[in-house]
Amino acid sequence: MRRIVLWAMSTITVLVLLFSYSTSRSSTAVVAAEGRQVTTTSKTSESSGSSSGSSSASSGDSSGQEPAADAGTADDTSDTGAASGTTGSTGSSGSSGSSGSSGSGSSSGSGSTTVEGDAVMTRFGNVQVKITVAGGKITAAEVLQVPWEDRHDQMINSRAVPVYNEETVQAQSAAIDVVSGATVTWEGYTQSLQSAIDRANI
Amino acid sequence: MNGPVAGQPDNPPALPRRAWVEQVMGMPVSIHLRGAGVDTPAAARAVEQAFEIVRDMDSVFSTYRDDSDLVRLRRGQVQLEQCSPLVEESLRIGQQAEALTKGAFTTLLPTGEGDLAFDPTGLVKGWAVDRASTPLRQLRGVSFCINAGGDLLVGAHEDLPVSGPQAIQWRVGIEDPRDRQRIASTLTLARGAVATSGTAARGAHLYDPMRGEPVGRAGSVTVTGPTLLWADIWATALFVGSQATREAFATSATDYLSTAL
Repeated sequence: MRRIVLWAMSTITVLVLLFSYSTSRSSTAVVAAEGRQVTTTSKTSESSGSSSGSSSASSGDSSGQEPAADAGTADDTSDTGAASGTTGSTGSSGSSGSSGSSGSGSSSGSGSTTVEGDAVMTRFGNVQVKITVAGGKITAAEVLQVPWEDRHDQMINSRAVPVYNEETVQAQSAAIDVVSGATVTWEGYTQSLQSAIDRANI
Repeated sequence: MNGPVAGQPDNPPALPRRAWVEQVMGMPVSIHLRGAGVDTPAAARAVEQAFEIVRDMDSVFSTYRDDSDLVRLRRGQVQLEQCSPLVEESLRIGQQAEALTKGAFTTLLPTGEGDLAFDPTGLVKGWAVDRASTPLRQLRGVSFCINAGGDLLVGAHEDLPVSGPQAIQWRVGIEDPRDRQRIASTLTLARGAVATSGTAARGAHLYDPMRGEPVGRAGSVTVTGPTLLWADIWATALFVGSQATREAFATSATDYLSTAL
């Protein structure tokens, strides 16, 4: 049995090695400028233009325009004005790009405004948020709809989303023990949040 | 919506804590310890052993070092049997991963000269961290977190509970892929791995084997579960993969959870 496994493994290796020599440039060089962009997807989009201008907030008037930010990207700066209707779902093959235009708002006195964004269809499902703006700043954020694509998303979202809401308000100041993100190189590390956490504990 | 906050750390603030950082495999690897015994010589030794395991994996699997087993195997300078047994195991894991992810994860990668070659880099990091955790688990009363370039594993000695007031919880911030100085989400865990794959940090470094080209889209996918090996494999696969991959994840990786940003 052991020999069979070994034989199988070395056969695989030979194939792998053959592979590494036989295929030549052409195979991977096909890079498609067209095909690729279409799939840039979904949940990105409106991270920049997250909330309507501060003027509307202070006047207690809700001029809609809510950003329909997704669960991952509300922005607490709130000074960027009119989120354009081009949401992330536009390009992603097939999913309808319902743009965030007509948010419904309700004023709650004392200069703070609560605005519900439109639900936006993303590749991962519908996303809708409600934010409260006071004095030009987001003071509360609530996710009304998040993608429940499957059991897994549901479980992790139900855990992560409420925490996220709180942190939108706390402007990232919450204590984090460790950061997970796309792979960091040593060069990029020195400016990272993780390196600050590390330095504090060395 | 301001209900119970899952991420609120219950730990007493006085819990001793220490961190070590080294550059291994071309990336920062940090090991954090929390608990009563973090300043003991035993803890320092365990951390050194953990780094040593990662360095050993690098000496076997580095694609940058002429003397690594992998490079010599690729050049035909050695046979598989002459390599570390880890190489054979990496072949097996790679095949298993390719099958489970419906082809969205592969160990056959472009070499830069337009060729494809066996390159298990995508699984070595998570695997190395899993293996490096062994000495750290022996430290009584200590909880650890190993973070290798943004993918991490949290664990503890078996005498520490997984939940309740005595559990040592780690609050993990998931980076916003569109603004790396921001935290988009957090989750809290006393045991388990968190892997995030995306294009934010290094541009397009993820490769889509179905299309045979780098992935250009933005965003990230985070996967949590028992081992960093498989959390990392699935995060990569779900980031580049299609519906078939997501279905495979839902049905076969039942211990793992994913979220996309």
